[in-house]
Amino acid sequence: MTVEAGLFALILAAMLALLQALALPAAHLLRRPGIAGAIPAAAAAQALAMLAAMAALIHAFVVSDFSVRVVYENSHTAKPMLYKVAAAWGHHEGSLLLWATLLSLFGGLTAFWRQGLPAAMRLRVLAVQGILSFGVLAFVVITSNPFDRLIPAPMEGRGLNPLLQDPGLAFHPPLLYVGSVGVSVAFAFAIAALWRGELGPGWARAVRFWTLIAWIFLTVGISLGSAWAYAELGWGGWWFWDPVENSALMPWLTATALVHAVRGIEKKGGLEGWVVLLAILGFGFSLLGMFLVRSGVLTSVHAFAADPLRGVFILGLFAAIEGGALTLYALRGHRLAGRVAFAPFSRDGALLLNTVLLTVACGVVLFGTVYPLLAESLGLGRISVGAPFFDATVLPLMAPVVALMALGPLMTGGRDSLKRLAPSIGIVAACGGVGAGLGLIWSGAAAAGFGLAAAACGGVGLALWNARRRWTRRRTGMAFAHLGLAVALVGITGGSQMAAEAIARLPVGGAVELAGRSFGLVEVREVPGPNYIAMRGTISVTGAPDLTPEIRRYETPPQTTTEAAIRSTLGGDTYAVIGDPSPDGTVVRVFVKPLLPWLWAGSALMAMGGALALASGIPLTRRRG
Amino acid sequence: MTRRRQRLILLGVGMAAVALAAVLVISALGDSLTFFYGPSDLLARPDAATHRVRLGGLVEPGTVSREGTMVRFTVTDGKSSLPVRYAGVLPDLFREGQGVVAEGRLTPEGGFVAETVLAKHDEKYMPPDVAAVLKKNGEWRAQQ
Repeated sequence: MTVEAGLFALILAAMLALLQALALPAAHLLRRPGIAGAIPAAAAAQALAMLAAMAALIHAFVVSDFSVRVVYENSHTAKPMLYKVAAAWGHHEGSLLLWATLLSLFGGLTAFWRQGLPAAMRLRVLAVQGILSFGVLAFVVITSNPFDRLIPAPMEGRGLNPLLQDPGLAFHPPLLYVGSVGVSVAFAFAIAALWRGELGPGWARAVRFWTLIAWIFLTVGISLGSAWAYAELGWGGWWFWDPVENSALMPWLTATALVHAVRGIEKKGGLEGWVVLLAILGFGFSLLGMFLVRSGVLTSVHAFAADPLRGVFILGLFAAIEGGALTLYALRGHRLAGRVAFAPFSRDGALLLNTVLLTVACGVVLFGTVYPLLAESLGLGRISVGAPFFDATVLPLMAPVVALMALGPLMTGGRDSLKRLAPSIGIVAACGGVGAGLGLIWSGAAAAGFGLAAAACGGVGLALWNARRRWTRRRTGMAFAHLGLAVALVGITGGSQMAAEAIARLPVGGAVELAGRSFGLVEVREVPGPNYIAMRGTISVTGAPDLTPEIRRYETPPQTTTEAAIRSTLGGDTYAVIGDPSPDGTVVRVFVKPLLPWLWAGSALMAMGGALALASGIPLTRRRG
Repeated sequence: MTRRRQRLILLGVGMAAVALAAVLVISALGDSLTFFYGPSDLLARPDAATHRVRLGGLVEPGTVSREGTMVRFTVTDGKSSLPVRYAGVLPDLFREGQGVVAEGRLTPEGGFVAETVLAKHDEKYMPPDVAAVLKKNGEWRAQQ
């Protein structure tokens, strides 16, 4: 019964989205402005209906209702409760329902955002969100209905892919989705601005607020996904330039650019056209990510669907939304051109250059991600573009971004001079030099990484010092976020350039040496888990507690997963996995990853910085627009 | 500063960034692309020995042997097969008779040295690359 109610709520939400999209043109055509008054109510009702639909699906998973096809295919009665709930979005249909629910939720929340925004703009934003919601909901209902019944109902489910049974992974998709869907609000504002022919008051503030929310969630979601890959795949790496990772990175890069670019027009105008374009592209990358991940064109653990109709539908949706938006931009974008001239050698100039570099880096990631698909369809053979390509292209583009991030906040808002800036450049460069000198002990790449990180720290410190008499929440937030990137860079550099690994097949009692420490295999024994049996190795480490990596064997579906044992300290990670027990011993693979935990600390700092900056923009009073 | 000049500067910055990216992409494409072959295709290419490639197919049953951390197995696409050497931990889902992708190089002696080995992600899933190779050689059996 709840299942039918869920399907009803889903279809109701699609109808409300259609109403939301058509009310404004209808009010105009029929000369009955009152009709448009229904739009905010429709947006709120649509959000509630989608929450009900999502709740109905989660309920079906919680009570293990195997008469629902996706529950049968992805759940099992023996599964722990957390993963029964998480299984609701651990497959194609459920993850799309979650995506659509969040889209509606953002629409419903923007209906309550008034802060100095004229009604004409507010209603247009909601109308655009209605169009987006209707498109995605039509896709869910037509090609991917999560409430499909199976008759007769099976007695037991097939279970979720055990690789996905990890707390990090239970929360990583919803967080990432909040981020990538959150970019849609900026998109709706951009289209509404093109529709109206002007941005008007309150526009920049609203775009900054919603994009910052999306950015925070993207940052946390990507970090959690990386941490999952690091702990669960047992390869000792945390980023593989997998197309699915790239699909999350691209919206993050454009959201970063957008948050920074919109800051300029919030204060005094200029670059309106560029901000609107970034907002359009940002949501385009979110949609493209959904297409790449959900259409089954990619080889990936995330690629659930193998149904060509779905791929064609998503591609059509993407083409309609982005094609329409870019056409509108080409036709009307010039009307938004800034009236305020800006100086190239200024804080805004540095900011602009960085947003351009971030966007170009995003374009390169896009190229590397879709190139294998293009090459194959053009008959150039099956090609894979991997880490060497991205390392050689994205990193050189990101290096100047970090350098400009260190220097930009030290520049004046108006036209700056090299003479005035020279002492600041000197200090930042000196910090960078110290870092680079330290890094040279290991490698040239380490020198670049540590040098840039130290320069960024110097820049942040100097900016805080310059502003010591007028610290605002927003400024502190910026300092946190920039410092977070520097700390993360230290973790990335240390964890890759200073890392070491060893591999050996050890009998019980044997040991392998790495980085001056001895790793001894003490025992290997079977340990039962809730729905798996683990083969647990105990590895003694000189001067540290034992590590206990596991191999877990699941029954439904029959599958094996590796659980790495990771011991983190401020100085770095010690990481161990075991594999292949056989009569002549067990393969033991150990890694030493100096400074790697700084990456997670840095990501947390970045998200906290975003939250601080957000708090400065939260409206405390309600005013009628 | 006039708006016209401002627009020129914007355009110049954008073009310079795109040009930089193009140079980086083109130089990186030259040496970091990895082509994908089945054993028959790879053996039919005399120039393949110099490049890093991905080899895909099925692990031939009964060919997996271990010696210390070194693993040897044979990859087949039904027509030809190629012996593979790999030093490391095999993925969780590596099994005889199932799909595998090995990335590495052909040796002058005719074997394949893998630097990484990828297996299917779960029971239901076959890497599209491997499926394409098997289909091509008529070895494809629809799985369920």
